Amino acid sequence: MSTTTFEAINKFNVTYAACIDEDTLEAWPEFFTNDCFYKVTTIENHQKKLPAGLIYADSKGMLQDRISSLREANIYERQRYRHILGMPLIEEETDTAIRAETAFLVSRVMRGGKMDLFATGKYVDELQRDGDRLLLRKRVVVCDSISIDTLLAIPL
Amino acid sequence: MSIKPRSLASEWPEGVTSIPYWLYQDAGVLKLEQERIYQGATWNYVCLEAEIPNTGDYRTTHVGEMPIIVTRHSDGEIYAFENRCAHRGALIALEDSGNAKELTCVYHAWSYDLTGTLKGVAFQRGVRGKGGMPESFRKEDHNPRKLRIATLCGLVFASLDDDVPPLEDYLGDEVVRCVERVLYKPAKVIGQFKQMLPNNWKLYFENVKDSYHASLLHVFFTTFRINRLSQKGGVIVSDSGAHHVSYSAIDPKEQESAEYQAEKLRSDKDGFRLRDPSMLDGVDEFGDGVTLQILSIFPGFVLQQIQNCIAVRQILPQGSQSTELNWTYLGFEDDTPQMEKMRLKQANLIGASGFVSMEDGAVGGFVQRGIRCAGDEFSVLQMGGAGISSSDYRATESSVRGFWHAYRSYMGL
Repeated sequence: MSTTTFEAINKFNVTYAACIDEDTLEAWPEFFTNDCFYKVTTIENHQKKLPAGLIYADSKGMLQDRISSLREANIYERQRYRHILGMPLIEEETDTAIRAETAFLVSRVMRGGKMDLFATGKYVDELQRDGDRLLLRKRVVVCDSISIDTLLAIPL
Repeated sequence: MSIKPRSLASEWPEGVTSIPYWLYQDAGVLKLEQERIYQGATWNYVCLEAEIPNTGDYRTTHVGEMPIIVTRHSDGEIYAFENRCAHRGALIALEDSGNAKELTCVYHAWSYDLTGTLKGVAFQRGVRGKGGMPESFRKEDHNPRKLRIATLCGLVFASLDDDVPPLEDYLGDEVVRCVERVLYKPAKVIGQFKQMLPNNWKLYFENVKDSYHASLLHVFFTTFRINRLSQKGGVIVSDSGAHHVSYSAIDPKEQESAEYQAEKLRSDKDGFRLRDPSMLDGVDEFGDGVTLQILSIFPGFVLQQIQNCIAVRQILPQGSQSTELNWTYLGFEDDTPQMEKMRLKQANLIGASGFVSMEDGAVGGFVQRGIRCAGDEFSVLQMGGAGISSSDYRATESSVRGFWHAYRSYMGL
């Protein structure tokens, strides 16, 4: 295993998580390639190979649209996430691409202080090297629970 | 000196234009609903035939709060029975789904065939002549409750009432026709999700039937200036009031009108547009120009078609102030990869993260919290008058009133 790759993915993931947790969502699509694929699903759907997602995007434009919609159109109570990430499990690495999986815990804190463990799961990723940085060509967010409390507005 | 407590429940005046809030709060109401609605003369959606295609396939779900098992028998028929062992009441099946020749309770290994008939009692004759059940014990006297089954276009409904009308009569011709319109060929499951709603089940079912809120709460289409002017629509309420269909369709006359062209021009010039509108790419697969059809079947089923995004929803109470919403996203067996891709992308509109549905997950909770100290107060349901009839407009609460009309009748309230 390449230590540098391990460190690079770690750095990438914590930056990604901070982007969401610090509510700088407009920068979130920039972690992806233009022709990216992003999906939020559950372990049951993933194992049964059921293709639908709670969020399903096959372009960076669709990710940008999701953030625009969250900012301008959708109505949901003020809330924040805190991502706690595991270490990446690197499954395959080439000069240009990496396949890796990383576990996450996400707490959701609502206006008024109600705090719950909102989601746990793993990112199933295909990362692409772009100069010195990494970009997500594909991120499938596989949640461990089939059940979502109330709504999933902010992406994971 | 004695203090007489104030009565919990305010009187519910006749009619369906004011609804007391205690109906959403009281545990006793939920108990009565279980008895009179879910176990009464209603048809409850339980699963799709596509989920239990083969002999021995089973699926566990609920009718109201009652756990049940739905099975496919070797005779090809579907059966359903209470998921409760006749011995000590434990769940018989513990998985969401599976395939089995018989079902055996893990507690004391009492076993059941796929119709829910008790077939085996472990150590019924005792061990080495000692113990065992008395001679008087007859297995045929001990079965979990069995449900009647009816199917329509691959949807499986169950009823605990022996006198429930046939499903088609229960729904009425118009609702049956609207189910057949969408599910006109074999469907396949493309995703399943569960959403837990922080509110009484009725608040969600009312929300489904409420055509008044759609353009006010859900502003995705208007924000992104996705033109809806060309739409005409209406609401169908079944004669019983219990079921409804809300629909909108492209109006070709409107599309040619000056207002439409002016609006199109305005929205084309506006900068606030989707970066990737391919999410909304779709085809008129039903050939009738109907772009949206939301159909509800009392007491807890929804079939939705939003363009090519097809899903069924099962609404189940989880106590009086929490609701389980089970989404099954559908395609058709003969979908091309392109068609399936369109459905998957359009599915961004629906579900717990849906551009036009995420608000519905939260708004019931806003009501539940808002009414916390208002059990004796009433909501106002007067939009469009006091009637429960069908209309060719949607600024009405007629289908919500229809629900309450049916509700009062089943509940005897």
